[in-house]
Amino acid sequence: MAEIKSNAASVEFRNVTKVYGKSKVPAVNDISLFIEAGNLVTLLGPSGCGKTTTLRMIAGLELATSGQILIGGADVTRLPATDRDVSMVFQSYALFPHMTVRENVEYGLKFSGFSKKDTADKAKAGLELVGLGGFGDRLPSQLSGGQQQRVAVARALVLEPQVLLFDEPLSNLDAKLRRHVREEIREIQQNLGLTVVYVTHDQEEALAVSDRIIVMNNAVIAQDGTPRDLYDAPSSAFVADFIGEANIFDCRITDVAKDVATVELGPLSLKLPARDQRPGPARLAVRPGRIELGSAGAPRTLPGTLHKVTYVGSHLEFVVDTEFGAVFAISTTVDAQFEAGQKVGVGFCEHGPVLLTG
Amino acid sequence: MRAKASTAPLHPTVVLWTAVGLIGFVLLPWYGLRDNFFTLSWLFDGYPFDDNVAPALFLVLQGQKLWLAPLGILLLAPLLLWRRKKADPYFGHLLIAVGAAGFAYLMLQGFGIGLRGFQWSWLTALFGELDDRQFGMGWGALLVSGAFLFLCTLGLAGRGAVGGDEFVVGSIGFIVAVVGIFIFMPIVQMLGSALVTQDGNYSLGVFFAKLFSSRLWGLGCVSGGPRCGVAWNSLFLAVLVGLLTTALGLVFALVVTRTGFRYGSLLRALTILPIITPPFVIGLAIILLFGLSGVITQGFSDLFGLQPTRWVYGLPGLLIAQVLAFTPIAFLVMIGVVEGVSPSMEEAAQTLRASRWQTFVTVSLPLMRPGLANAFLLGFIESMADFGNPLVLGGNFDVLSTEIFFAIVGAQYDQAQAAILAIVLLFFTLAAFYAQRFWLGQKSYTTVSGKGDSGIHPHLPATFRNAIYAIAGLWTLFTLLIYVTIFYGSFVKQWGVDFSLTFDHYVESFAVGWNQFGIHWRGAAWSSFWTTMEIALISAPLTAAIGLLTAYLLVRQNFRGKDAFEFGAMLSFAIPGTVIGVSYVIAFNVPPIELTGTGIILVLSFIFRNMPVGVRAGIASMSQIDRSLDESSLTLGANSWQTFRKVVLPLLRPAILAALIYSFVRAMTAISAIIFLVSAQYNMSTSYIVGRVENNEYGIAIAYSAVLIGVMLAVIGLMQLAVGRRNIGRRHMETDLSQSRTNVGVAGAG
Ligand SMILES: Nc1ncnc2c1ncn2[C@@H]1O[C@H](COP(=O)(O)OP(=O)(O)OP(=O)(O)O)[C@@H](O)[C@H]1O
Ligand SMILES: [Mg+2]
Repeated sequence: MAEIKSNAASVEFRNVTKVYGKSKVPAVNDISLFIEAGNLVTLLGPSGCGKTTTLRMIAGLELATSGQILIGGADVTRLPATDRDVSMVFQSYALFPHMTVRENVEYGLKFSGFSKKDTADKAKAGLELVGLGGFGDRLPSQLSGGQQQRVAVARALVLEPQVLLFDEPLSNLDAKLRRHVREEIREIQQNLGLTVVYVTHDQEEALAVSDRIIVMNNAVIAQDGTPRDLYDAPSSAFVADFIGEANIFDCRITDVAKDVATVELGPLSLKLPARDQRPGPARLAVRPGRIELGSAGAPRTLPGTLHKVTYVGSHLEFVVDTEFGAVFAISTTVDAQFEAGQKVGVGFCEHGPVLLTG
Repeated sequence: MRAKASTAPLHPTVVLWTAVGLIGFVLLPWYGLRDNFFTLSWLFDGYPFDDNVAPALFLVLQGQKLWLAPLGILLLAPLLLWRRKKADPYFGHLLIAVGAAGFAYLMLQGFGIGLRGFQWSWLTALFGELDDRQFGMGWGALLVSGAFLFLCTLGLAGRGAVGGDEFVVGSIGFIVAVVGIFIFMPIVQMLGSALVTQDGNYSLGVFFAKLFSSRLWGLGCVSGGPRCGVAWNSLFLAVLVGLLTTALGLVFALVVTRTGFRYGSLLRALTILPIITPPFVIGLAIILLFGLSGVITQGFSDLFGLQPTRWVYGLPGLLIAQVLAFTPIAFLVMIGVVEGVSPSMEEAAQTLRASRWQTFVTVSLPLMRPGLANAFLLGFIESMADFGNPLVLGGNFDVLSTEIFFAIVGAQYDQAQAAILAIVLLFFTLAAFYAQRFWLGQKSYTTVSGKGDSGIHPHLPATFRNAIYAIAGLWTLFTLLIYVTIFYGSFVKQWGVDFSLTFDHYVESFAVGWNQFGIHWRGAAWSSFWTTMEIALISAPLTAAIGLLTAYLLVRQNFRGKDAFEFGAMLSFAIPGTVIGVSYVIAFNVPPIELTGTGIILVLSFIFRNMPVGVRAGIASMSQIDRSLDESSLTLGANSWQTFRKVVLPLLRPAILAALIYSFVRAMTAISAIIFLVSAQYNMSTSYIVGRVENNEYGIAIAYSAVLIGVMLAVIGLMQLAVGRRNIGRRHMETDLSQSRTNVGVAGAG
């Protein structure tokens, strides 16, 4: 029985820029990044920020305008897709409609110098890996969306590529299936130790599957880090807001000592990790879940008026008017007695507020 | 259900069609008139009592044509629906019964009673000899049959057919009726007349003798004899033309879409030229170049001292001319398909380690299969139906279409022979149609998922690209040469003999003078030119309307029997113009529909020849318009007619214009069907030109052709202005738009 192995390799971008045709603005602007072998890294960002372009440059479907691209340490900048050891799962799956599922999976193997027997064995192993062992003789048009997606994954996997690319692989699936398939992809990736670059604009999906997330905005990298880094310590208001939701406050750093900043926010004085900030005006972000509502006038709170309370089943959502603008908070204790119009005190949990660096 | 405010005691649509029927029965002349109906001269010819112009009611009241009386009674029957709702079962049943009975009876009496009394012996047996007769139906009969048809469809809608939608059911009924009457019925009559011998008897023996004659099927050329049967000639030529035009069409489509070729629009423009050229004009140019006194032949013989030969007459010349003439059609089909192959398919193949060439062979080409099949079929049918080129270039290489023509117009006037030849022709094209379906089989060629990736088509490998550049370049040069020849030839005194320049040909055909009545169109060509313009301008909008309506039903509506409907519509694409021409001559020469010699028969033949163009254009653009658009309009309370008019039609404007222009152009350039249908009064440009060619008046023929080409260029230019330029950057195009095009061709056949 043939097995699907991994030839995982690292991917490196050195000051890569891509300008399409005659367009003046670059689609990807002077990006440098390093993806370690065996990691699943997500490219996350709003529509049009350059994720697909980045991915296609890894695949060799677009050539970089300037800069260097390395796969497994070798310079592939000028190499076309055919000659790169990279496979891609397309958003539309791009299954060949005139070939059966098996022929689709065998397609790449045929051009990789495998014997007939190896080709058949590997294709079989690949289909079994994605749980479609018995579907080899069907045409893609006879499969459900989720099954098609898995065929596309199998087709890319069996080539044992150095890097496997996914461009929004789940966007054509319904919400439930999406959750299931993304876990499957993650499982296969971890079992085989593949290097995967994964594009999505769904932040929850990114947080769930990634070893690392690269957030892009306007053709540049906004932040690069582990899911926890990005969530707990976003560097900019953009990242804080794009990943989860955040309340952004203008504040003032009065003093920095040994990486601990003293921050003034209205009547409050907070001690926070300084993150290389200097005294002066600054901004901080607080996740809605890390805000506690207390009775009005309680110590270490900001005074505010409860503007709206919404019951959404698993938790309560609040909008509180304060002198710093509207604050959005959530509480998982749904039984708490709060009513719109009530005066409340807005308090922060330990490790709640984070100074923004960007 | 929305409550309707109307409380009219009789359903308004019933009122409308009953009224139309009664007008037809009571007011309008029942039989066809000798003069144009719209001159209203019939009002002064003894209307309403004279037999020739009397309405049916007056005929019956005067005790004549009593068999028409039941029609009037049936027309009054809908009044029984007074105060009945559409939902009432009685409403539907009554209308279906009245409509169907009336329509059937009308047809029956029409076919049953002709110029010599009863047409069928069982009628004579039943009622005895009838010493009355009737002529072709006229406006009165037309209105009455329309009324019965739509009363019947209204009844069907009332019984809940297609969701009870009157407009849709009526449209389906209408299309089925006209396609039945003007495509299938003539062909059936043609089949029937194939069995009739010269002296009017039916004979299977004679039929088979003719059908399997060696003139048709002889294999002389294989066994060393002088020539092969006409059928083999046609088949061989058509297969070659089909293959070559498909290959060339593919080459051009690839040049434009897969090589980064920058002058694609130039190439597109160039390929328009042959489309607006009457096909035989290319044959003519080939004679001027390669004929016995052609410049190239003469040049060669001077250079190398060779004896000029007539090599170009026959298969070689026909092949060149038809390939030149029909490649653009293949190109138009192929370009849609080649662009329609989703780029992510090709990109996927590349990331799967296939080289460019392997990608092309294993992915792109198989996905273009529907286009290849379509292009081949069109080339095949066009070649089979082509009449002009074989006439001017055929030499001893006889083909079916010319053979049919000579059977009809020749000394022997053998209708049965023509019908038999037409049957063979039809057999070939239908066989090709089936072969195409078989070859495409059940496989799917369209991308399967919804939301797509954008991407760009990869370029072809360099050597392959250079090869197709070379082919396309040669073709381009050759086409240019042809058109220079046509243009230059129209100014030459006598080609091959006297090359001095002159305006004589233009003057002779298009001179304009003044006399006491104003402008005097003195040139010999004016009469046929204006007739052609008139007929083309009348038939173009009708063609577009029927085509688009059919497309709407095919793309947007679901009804029982839709598959059969679609199949019938597709099948009519495979009927060559020559066959339509012959069957019209046979079917519409005698009552109940007597049209030979009129302009109407020309208009009808154009409508039903060119309908496929409208259907295809409509299907192509309608499948690009999101269905949810008209669904949302429907849920907003509009009925399907309002939806069609307010939502679908405006979005279809480009398709409408394309269909209009294309059918206009086809009407101006067609020859295969109308050569059988023209008359002294209604002569068409193309048949006039062919007549000049037959008289060896090449100068006039070419000058006239050049003028036609100029006129059509102007029309196409106007169209481009009207539609405006559309920017189709790949990135901005919805992927399912391009997918939908994968199965749709552009041009019609004939
Ligand atoms: N072929 C192209 N020609 C010109 N501009 C392009 C092309 N492809 C992408 N662009 C532009 O480059 C920018 C980045 O596009 P890209 O497809 O990488 O975005 P994305 O992050 O994948 O967005 P989405 O989430 O919507 O898929 C966009 O502004 C886009 O308009
Ligand atoms: Mg994208």
